[in-house]
Amino acid sequence: MSKYIENFKKFIPLLTELVERDVKTKYRKSVLGVLWTLLNPLLMMVILSIVFSNLFKFDIENYPVYILSGQVIYNFYSESTSSAMSAILNNASLLKKVYIPKYMFVLSRIMSSLINVLASHCALLIVMIATGVEIHWTIVLFPIPLVLLVIFCLGLGLVLATITVKFRDIMHLYGVFTTGLMYLTPVIYALSLLPSWLYKIVRINPITNYLMMYRDVMLNGTVFKLSHLLIALAESAVMLLIGLALFAKKQDQFILHI
Amino acid sequence: MADIMVKVDHVSMQFSLSSEKVDSLKEYIIKSLKRQVKKETFFALNDVSFEVERGDSLGLIGLNGSGKSTMLKIIAGVMKPTLGSVSVYGSMAPLIELGAGFDFDLTARENVFLNGAILGHSRKEMESFYEDIVEFSELGPFMNSQVKNFSSGMISRLAFAIATIGQPDILIVDEVLSVGDFRFQEKCEKRIKNMLDNGTTLLFVSHSIEQVKSLCSKVVWLEHGNMRAFGDSAIYCEEYNHAE
Repeated sequence: MSKYIENFKKFIPLLTELVERDVKTKYRKSVLGVLWTLLNPLLMMVILSIVFSNLFKFDIENYPVYILSGQVIYNFYSESTSSAMSAILNNASLLKKVYIPKYMFVLSRIMSSLINVLASHCALLIVMIATGVEIHWTIVLFPIPLVLLVIFCLGLGLVLATITVKFRDIMHLYGVFTTGLMYLTPVIYALSLLPSWLYKIVRINPITNYLMMYRDVMLNGTVFKLSHLLIALAESAVMLLIGLALFAKKQDQFILHI
Repeated sequence: MADIMVKVDHVSMQFSLSSEKVDSLKEYIIKSLKRQVKKETFFALNDVSFEVERGDSLGLIGLNGSGKSTMLKIIAGVMKPTLGSVSVYGSMAPLIELGAGFDFDLTARENVFLNGAILGHSRKEMESFYEDIVEFSELGPFMNSQVKNFSSGMISRLAFAIATIGQPDILIVDEVLSVGDFRFQEKCEKRIKNMLDNGTTLLFVSHSIEQVKSLCSKVVWLEHGNMRAFGDSAIYCEEYNHAE
């Protein structure tokens, strides 16, 4: 065990370099630079809130903020896991030549997405202040659902990266899957609007639970229920364990497929 | 008894034939339905054993496809052998295909730190080597340009300079001395010789028997994945030349 920790420590500089590179190359060639991270969800929020408050007339308080908070969480989930799944394949040329702990690439993708989500979290705060939404003390608790979600996504990212090495076409399927899953997550609608059979399905979706916790502390000014916290803890832990176990078992064969 | 730096113990490496390699779910399902997922394999290395002592310089020689590069990759930790084991004692600097770790959208300066991190060096360590890297690669005026604008010679100069910083215990060199003009090649050889004098152990793969002769004290001669000979470089280099 201590051997693994030593090895991890040795490659921490690599992790920071990789994350820095991701952030740098993403924004180097754009005039607006890092502002894109803020603008992108904001523009989506504008479009979605116009569409859904006029067309479908959802009766949700502070609807733009409701949508934006949903997007912050859901976009992190879909962006981090989709980029993590190609992490091994995209770095094939490197992995073939130098020894690097392979999970570093998956971890760096998740961390880059974490930086993006922190930026869009700030965008949410700005919108909340601008639209005069009451700010509660509970928002200081936002790291709890976020960290648990990061752990969940790391576990899932490890699983996806492992499968993708063997079956590349999974990447296309996963894009469809995340689009579909968004409709099974209460990003644009309220849970209370759902018929009970559908409610059950949406509630099983792990992302729903993290999102509800996030909205509780950010918008509702309440601390999430203990049961929600326990479910989130369990889901994150189980996902991470599955991811680590699968990745550890298969990683020596990656080199034969990339 | 001298310090053993690398111990290769009955290593065999088995590959499945790439013509049957399946890399998409669609293909896998179709081939499974047609019962075509065959498992044909071959051995790239077959029961190879040798030891390298501190200060030795070992050349791996053999024809194309004899398993030289596979052997180096196993020693570098990139691949795990199917059978047998490899133990390495000490720090290792791999010079396997230069420039693998470059991101072409970053500047040369940023790539120095990225590449250093890939080799396991912290930013602080890299800063102390930075001047030396710039000087050796002769790229002073270009350090803040993006690497994608570099010529291939410039890239290999930079890569070589980064890979050979400090004083690693073991240096792994795979066919990289054939890059750049002759003057730079001489410079590289000199740098490697310098490291050898300071006690670095060298593992070297090249098709140029002349280079192997001048750099290595011992050779491992591989033939179709089997070890044909292991011993003094001068003797076996001569024999290798005549075998062809």
